[in-house]
Amino acid sequence: MTRRIVLTGVGWLVALAFLLPYLQMFVTALKPERELTRSPGTYLPSHWTWSNFTDVWSAAPVWTYMRVSLTVAAAATLVTLACAMPAAYYTARNRFRGRGAFLLLVLVTQMFAPTALVIGIYREMVALDLTDTLLSLILVNAAFNLPFCIWILHGYFSSIPKELEEAAFLDGAGRVRALTRVTLPISMPGVVTAIVYTFIAAWNEYIVALTVTASPDRRPLTVGIPSFVTQYQAHWQYLFATSLIAIIPVVVLFVFIERYLIGGLTAGSVK
Amino acid sequence: MRDPKTGERGAAASTAPRPSLLRRTGRALAPLPWLAPSLALIATVVLWPVIEMVRTSLQKISSSGVTLGYRGGGNYTDLFGEDDLVPVVLRTLLWVAGVVVITMVLSLALGQLLNARFPGRRVVRWAVIVPWAASVLMTALIWKWMLDNYSGLVNRVLLDLHVIDEPVNWLAHPGQAMLWMMWVAVFVSLPFTSFVILAGLQTIPADVYEAARVDGAGSVRTYFAITLPLLRPAVLIASIINVINVFNSFPIIWAMTGGGPGSKTDTTTTFMYKLAFYDQNVGESGAMAVVNFALILVMVLLYLRAARWREEVR
Repeated sequence: MTRRIVLTGVGWLVALAFLLPYLQMFVTALKPERELTRSPGTYLPSHWTWSNFTDVWSAAPVWTYMRVSLTVAAAATLVTLACAMPAAYYTARNRFRGRGAFLLLVLVTQMFAPTALVIGIYREMVALDLTDTLLSLILVNAAFNLPFCIWILHGYFSSIPKELEEAAFLDGAGRVRALTRVTLPISMPGVVTAIVYTFIAAWNEYIVALTVTASPDRRPLTVGIPSFVTQYQAHWQYLFATSLIAIIPVVVLFVFIERYLIGGLTAGSVK
Repeated sequence: MRDPKTGERGAAASTAPRPSLLRRTGRALAPLPWLAPSLALIATVVLWPVIEMVRTSLQKISSSGVTLGYRGGGNYTDLFGEDDLVPVVLRTLLWVAGVVVITMVLSLALGQLLNARFPGRRVVRWAVIVPWAASVLMTALIWKWMLDNYSGLVNRVLLDLHVIDEPVNWLAHPGQAMLWMMWVAVFVSLPFTSFVILAGLQTIPADVYEAARVDGAGSVRTYFAITLPLLRPAVLIASIINVINVFNSFPIIWAMTGGGPGSKTDTTTTFMYKLAFYDQNVGESGAMAVVNFALILVMVLLYLRAARWREEVR
């Protein structure tokens, strides 16, 4: 009984510690601008300036940033899934020459991050004349999230008994039909984990977008938001209001798949 | 890589009547439609930049980005001549080791907590996920604001608790700034590593613990003799992915200090970025990128050894 009380207490303290920075973000987003230069700072806003949340939309092209982030994240997720699903399925179901090499390649590319290759990516995009395009961001985000998705899905597909599909073959279904009708529905937790993981990683990507895009209307939220605070202006309240607008939908998505996420990690990487 | 299973299969096939060349080619190409999209994407967006990076490091490139020709090892000579290079590399290693060790110790505890049963566990799990879902950049920016020397929450709380007498400009001093940034790196790493540990804990069957209880093992003994060894794969995966991420955690440093003052809080990634886009020295930056990449490759090799270790255990 005391163990339960201690655990609950510790648990709630941990939760608070993790949420504190974001609560601070929320409180700062509600302060009037003149209060932000006060020293020492205030704990709570003297005047709860809810209008900050409506003013940001005209203070900067937030709507454009959001549209860019959405387009890039959604397209990258689609591309990743379209590439990862067949590869993960085939390698999970068949033993063939080159299978080991392919899985090794996936494992190795999983170890690379865009940050480490940004100079190469930048030079490649210059060579392909793709700088300042959304296509470049879509391709980079798709490629760098592909390995994790193949890994997760490979784990899921491998855990589904072959017999289930063989029964479908006997009923006259083809490979693709067996995949879409039998295997895919059972692997939904893995697919959902892959979708959300990729979407969020692309939504939050920073360095490649910072390097490759230049025009204001091709900047995602991560690159657009910091421009509220520069050497010429310091609208911290807008910065954090926009940050919350960008974070909350993503957090909701993540909370929604929390249960699948643990299963996905168990099947994909830990086992 | 030799796969013992394909080896067996090849032997079986050779005793069967030899299929025609056409059929054999057909069989060899059968995986292609399934793998080609992934291969194409990896080749063009991951492998091409690797080659491009190495090429860049050997070229003379003007400040406007025009290639002026081959330069041999000149960029490397320039890079190794930089006074800042050795401190930056050492700082990077310290940064990675410090952040990863602290993160792993804390996630082992957090994983246990998230796996235990208590009222409100779901909510605690959701709270722990938040820094993972939020972008690292925005988390770094809120910490920068909390550490602000005039209006920041950290100074306000410490003043009210009488720990300090006057506000401290935390991010202006390299030592203090590094410690705070390492804390932020730990904070954003904890969700992923804790969830991998949690996933690992859930693969341990309950009867193992029952057997330990029957043998009269205490909870501390059980943890070190049973839980920790069985968690080894999870700890391995979590720490290696964490090493790679921390190595590449550009946004934290970029948003909080920009590597400054001077290059006193730079790691290899911010140093590389500054060389290319501030000093307009793309060639030398390419050389830095290659050196950085070599460091990461060493870690990949360690990972592959660890992965093989997993196969042996299985």
